[in-house]
Amino acid sequence: MSVDAATVRRIARLSRIALPEADVGGMQNEINAILGFVEQLSEVNVDGVEPMTSVTPMALKMREDIVTDGEKADLVTANAPQSEDNYFLVPKVVE
Amino acid sequence: MTDLTALTLDDARKGLAEKKFTAVELAKAHLDAMEAARPLNAYVLETPEKALEMAAASDARRAKGELGRLEGIPLGIKDLFATEGTRTTASSKILGNFIPKYESTVTSQLFRDGAVMLGKLNNDEFAMGSSNETSAFGPVVNPFKPANWDNGKAKAALSGDKKGLLVPGGSSGGSSAAVAANLCLGATATDTGGSIRQPAAFTGTVGIKPTYGRCSRWGIVAFASSLDQAGPIAKTVKDCAALMTSMAGYDPKDSTSVDLAVPDFEAAVGKSIAGKTIGIPKEYRVEGMPAEIEALWKKGADMLRAAGAKIVDVSLPHTKYALPAYYIVAPAEASSNLARYDGVRYGVRVPGKDIADLYEKTRAAGFGREVKRRIMIGTYVLSAGYYDAYYLRAQKIRTLIKKDFEDAYASGVDAILTPATPSAAFGIAEMADADPVQMYLNDVFTVTVNMAGLPGLALPGGTDASGLPLGLQLIGRPFDEETLFSLGAVIEDQVGRVTTSRWW
Repeated sequence: MSVDAATVRRIARLSRIALPEADVGGMQNEINAILGFVEQLSEVNVDGVEPMTSVTPMALKMREDIVTDGEKADLVTANAPQSEDNYFLVPKVVE
Repeated sequence: MTDLTALTLDDARKGLAEKKFTAVELAKAHLDAMEAARPLNAYVLETPEKALEMAAASDARRAKGELGRLEGIPLGIKDLFATEGTRTTASSKILGNFIPKYESTVTSQLFRDGAVMLGKLNNDEFAMGSSNETSAFGPVVNPFKPANWDNGKAKAALSGDKKGLLVPGGSSGGSSAAVAANLCLGATATDTGGSIRQPAAFTGTVGIKPTYGRCSRWGIVAFASSLDQAGPIAKTVKDCAALMTSMAGYDPKDSTSVDLAVPDFEAAVGKSIAGKTIGIPKEYRVEGMPAEIEALWKKGADMLRAAGAKIVDVSLPHTKYALPAYYIVAPAEASSNLARYDGVRYGVRVPGKDIADLYEKTRAAGFGREVKRRIMIGTYVLSAGYYDAYYLRAQKIRTLIKKDFEDAYASGVDAILTPATPSAAFGIAEMADADPVQMYLNDVFTVTVNMAGLPGLALPGGTDASGLPLGLQLIGRPFDEETLFSLGAVIEDQVGRVTTSRWW
């Protein structure tokens, strides 16, 4: 399988990465080189094989349903590029 | 006084215990060496004040008789580990001047045991790379010179465009270079597809990727969560075992960390390996592999045999599919993990006309090319209509890769011996025009281990004809890192250390 330029633009959009038109061709070639490389996976018979969902089989630990952290909004927003009164500032999203 | 930076971690511990020098003196010696080695670009941030403060505190603890396992030992920390109050960037522009308000579990355990932080080490951006050339801070130079280069030529290149000098491997290239150049006594590193073991092999150092779940991933910048593991790079097997003992352990803050007792891994160094069965997988004999690597591999097997191990052939039939499956699974997980870098909560922001425009411009400006490509590949293989063909199939193949190892271990094999890399270190910018797959092939021997979640130790097996280090890899059963340390120590005893001398 390979991708065309329109698909590369669509993936960039889905990835929320602005891709200048001049970079589309180069990115397309690189992505196609990788898709060409992974193509060989189609020769493996995976009938009846379960996908790996857990690297080390183990049950998730349960803990008491209590608050263990919080009340540190100032620390949470300390690295924000723009914040005010411990809120993150973003452009208007609701008209 | 002898050069304190030339000591191994274990020797430095003895020197500190015998009061031959203080932790402050030891830290100072390293800080001076770091300053003189800045052109190697191993550190992206030096933290001398913090180092001296931590060293002084260590000396004070020692005076009171409170001694941790790593008391007073100066370490470099890969810039993928969040360090409280100290800039952490993953060597990406997008994190900007991110100052964590918390400490990663692994570094907090090292500091709990008395270690001293010298600074933050360079790495490939978000740990995506095999040469440390994708770092926003620029490439790291391998302290081993290219074949037949004299000091003058190497120095001239170092102050110029660095072309022709060698890469230290990646993604933990700052860690491997710093350890090999005596700029720390050990370093933290991470390994998603080979990022501890390949750099160790390129620099004559020892690195272990522990079993998935052995070390907490909490506070480590995430790349591919089902593959990432933290581990140490050090000068010797014993040093590596000492660091790992401190780094490992259950952490309630990482649900994938395993609640198992942590053995004293140092105790495994020097244990007899008589009666161990070592598998040699025929599938690792890849096309175009240099004769030197083949010879190194055989020599490694001979050394283990001489120490009483039994060498048997094993088959891991799905080996060749590990790398292509990895290049679906890892980018898929990366595309999800890196969604958090949106210019809102931390890091760099590029303003936009609306929120989507802000995201797109921020991510376009903040991520480097390799990272963008991997996010896009990951987005593609997870997108509607392609998920089954790519991601689901890759995860099924992962099951088969893991089963290959399980079958080998079930047949009585205790560990598996392979080369660590298909070549010695290559030149900076040498791969610039190659397609990305050529760079990915560096990880062909290491990536299987991440796919199966197993432990893997890389250590020097010797040198090539020009004196460059070549590495061997030992792959173990899940949570049996001890056997790897015992086997590694046997090889190290016979090979010795592979070191370079200062020319920078």
